Amino acid sequence: MKKKLKVIGKSARKLDGKQRVSGKAIYGHDIQLSNMLHGSILRTKHPHADIISIDTSKALALDGVECIITAEDVDVNNISYKRDHPILKKKANCERDEIAAVAARTKEIADKAIELIEVKYNVLEGVYDPIEALKENALRINEFGKGDEQFGNKNIADSFHYEHGDIKHQKSISKVIIKKRYELPRVTHACMATSNITAEFNELDGRLTLWSSTQVPFLYQRDIAHALKMEPSNIRVIQPIIGGGFGSKLDMHPFEPICALLAKKSGKPVQILYSREEEFILSPTRQPMIIDLTTGADENGKFTFREVDIIKDNGAYTSWGATTPFVMMQTYSSLYQIPACKFDSLAVYTNNPFAGSFRGYGNPQATFSLENNIDLMAEELGIDKAEIRLLNVNYKGEITGQGLHYKTCGAKAALDTVIDKSKYHKIKNETNKGRYKRGIGLASMLHVGGGAKIYRSDGCGTTLKMDHYGYLTIVTGSNEIGQGSETVLAMIAMEELGVSRNKIKVINTDTDVKPWDVGVHASRTSFVAGNSLLGAIALLKEKLASKASKLLEVDTDNWVYENGMMKVNKSEIKIDKVVREIHFGSPNQLCTVNYFYEPPSKFQNKEFKGDVSGNYAFASQAIEVEVDTVTGKVNVINAHVSQDVGRVLNPIGLQGQMEGGLATGIGYALTEEMIYEKGVLKNPNFHGYKLLTSTDMPPVHFYPIETYDEAGPYGSKGAGEAPLIPTAAAIANAVSNAIGVRIYSLPVSAEKVLRALSKKNKEKETVVN
Amino acid sequence: MEITFKINGKTITQNVKPGLLLIDLIRNKLNLKGTKPGCLEGECGACSVIIDNKAINSCMYLAINAQGKEITTIEGLRNEDNKLDEVQEKMLEHGAVQCGFCTSGMVMTTKAFSDKCKSDGFVPNREQVKKSLEGNLCRCTGYIKIIDAAAAVNNNL
Repeated sequence: MKKKLKVIGKSARKLDGKQRVSGKAIYGHDIQLSNMLHGSILRTKHPHADIISIDTSKALALDGVECIITAEDVDVNNISYKRDHPILKKKANCERDEIAAVAARTKEIADKAIELIEVKYNVLEGVYDPIEALKENALRINEFGKGDEQFGNKNIADSFHYEHGDIKHQKSISKVIIKKRYELPRVTHACMATSNITAEFNELDGRLTLWSSTQVPFLYQRDIAHALKMEPSNIRVIQPIIGGGFGSKLDMHPFEPICALLAKKSGKPVQILYSREEEFILSPTRQPMIIDLTTGADENGKFTFREVDIIKDNGAYTSWGATTPFVMMQTYSSLYQIPACKFDSLAVYTNNPFAGSFRGYGNPQATFSLENNIDLMAEELGIDKAEIRLLNVNYKGEITGQGLHYKTCGAKAALDTVIDKSKYHKIKNETNKGRYKRGIGLASMLHVGGGAKIYRSDGCGTTLKMDHYGYLTIVTGSNEIGQGSETVLAMIAMEELGVSRNKIKVINTDTDVKPWDVGVHASRTSFVAGNSLLGAIALLKEKLASKASKLLEVDTDNWVYENGMMKVNKSEIKIDKVVREIHFGSPNQLCTVNYFYEPPSKFQNKEFKGDVSGNYAFASQAIEVEVDTVTGKVNVINAHVSQDVGRVLNPIGLQGQMEGGLATGIGYALTEEMIYEKGVLKNPNFHGYKLLTSTDMPPVHFYPIETYDEAGPYGSKGAGEAPLIPTAAAIANAVSNAIGVRIYSLPVSAEKVLRALSKKNKEKETVVN
Repeated sequence: MEITFKINGKTITQNVKPGLLLIDLIRNKLNLKGTKPGCLEGECGACSVIIDNKAINSCMYLAINAQGKEITTIEGLRNEDNKLDEVQEKMLEHGAVQCGFCTSGMVMTTKAFSDKCKSDGFVPNREQVKKSLEGNLCRCTGYIKIIDAAAAVNNNL
């Protein structure tokens, strides 16, 4: 199965790395168009309020202000996954709500004008707790919500139900049943570049150009078109270099159509750049959740069932993030062998800011609850925590209750590897005396590795152009958001066509040019775009071989592509010469090809059953921590990460994904939390919201598992989201191993650790007394 | 106010308002867009430039204070052959760049630190290299590859 390769599997530098390292890369913040105006948005003063009146006269009179828009001035549709989100608001439902927007000659003037807009509010009591929002007498939060008719409660935005197996029977044979509640906080992507957009509308041909950092340009084009009542193809989406995505740019957000509306009204290009404070307040968050999880195991430790009820704080509007149960139910139904599973989740409207999608897409939350429960079951059964996981581990050939088919499966190899390399069995039993206590925790994860068929197509198109100087242009539907997929595409072309790196160009930033692709999500880009490119290369080779065979008068299919040459037996010819003959010889043709790749995955049925991905990624982590019992601070001192990546394509890029994902996972576990009081964010800055810094990162030991899954390019699987998914769970398990108490919510902050320790000590004293 | 200073090897004179921040002078008046606005509150380090051999957050520095100073931005960082500086090369070699928005700041901080170490005849250990980067945030890489690159520069690896 393992084909010998020259380029794939060897570390390659980032394709456009020289631009990025020299300050030459153009991000959204760096775009300047002639006559460009600067936009600023007025947001509500109160998270929940009726807006009585808006007076823009003083703002309009300010020199340099070109135009102002409010809900009254625009003819638009609601946006969002549930179309429950007005672009400009007539009533405020959360802290983010946009009431008016200004375009002015400078940013300073635009900001000044915002201050001059007078709004009269009728302040209303808000609902900030989803459990309160579910009560019958609660206020209706979103007037566009269809909760009444669809889910029997006005404040339910979305609901999912899944089940397989005989729960009742499985309960009856369970020796241990653990029921726990887990609470997960809001955290934010904190992309280093704040959100940005530049819009230009040409009123003569009715075309709109957006320089946007969306990670899903074709879905975005459709969403903008719906919002603005335009034809999608009249909207050209150009992606400048994107300064971080991580899921935050999966939805289209109100500031984007607002910028387009300002450009349309003013007749000039308009740019909106978020400040860091705006970025914290306004960009979507990971879903906060309350998870009630009940799990069982029989006397031997074999898992019997899982029952889970989840309440997700949806916030005031519904983003793609409401669909995270698609991913979460996979973890509950199919991570480790599980005979029966029942899953229910509600996304509940509140007057909090709306939650969106974030790398891992619900899976870190699900995995946190599940892997804690597994530890608890092992403790109660008196079975080793590594043993119970190995006993239930997923296996090759398994078709899970949900219908996921593991044609390859590195779950056991990954688990065995981290148990061994971390010296798990030695460290977990080390006695802990003194102030600093060490512990180790295990957690595993399951995630899609071959895309996810949630849209009508999960495919990706590629156009290749080989020019008569031997340069290859790859026009791909897929997107680069920093993750390194461009580099992988160039590596594939080098491998297959023997073209050198400096002769490869990747074009992927313009919807007017590039073919369809769903976008960056579900760890799918290298998988789908890689397969699409391989398909296109096969067509290109046919074209080249046919001409070369004529030129060299040979009859063969055994061409070797090497160093810009095509070789067969003892003959060889330069590729650029072959292309010149295709172009300029008779019959004159172009040396271009098109290919569309659609993964073999299937739509799930109405019960959410079916083989939704081309393949599946498995990973385990063993994380070692040290807890300071005086301050409560948890330090991660070693992280062992093993992941079934199918096959390693670019080792240095893959390792970068692992380390970066792990950093976000450690932040989620220990330091990051958005703190709200009545719907208002209290820590909208890097001072109050703690990202890890260079001194907080532990050594990361990464052990890739190669299972050579035939669905993926060269056997590879998607890898980008996995490294942060089990991290918080492994850390919580490690803290429990270190200090003997368990924290059921994130982050595992110093305060919570100290509180738990003091409670434990008091209980001890009570026993002694 | 009129100020005269050296930037990327060239002496220039600019008329600036007393409240103008150095980052705005660099990005908006001089059009050097490689210096990145990450937070504009001195927390993230993306806007780091080198002023008289020290890495400084240009968002926390008034432009008028540049009078008589020597400033280097990412655009001014080249070796004698006008190729990438060693710090930039090491960042690429070690895979330290993903989205790249923090990279200018990481490069300038590393450059200032390693130049200082070299002129002091001091070879920092890995912990000291880590510490030197503590003021620069990154959300993509988990820092390890950046630290690897910076350590390689400092140890002439």
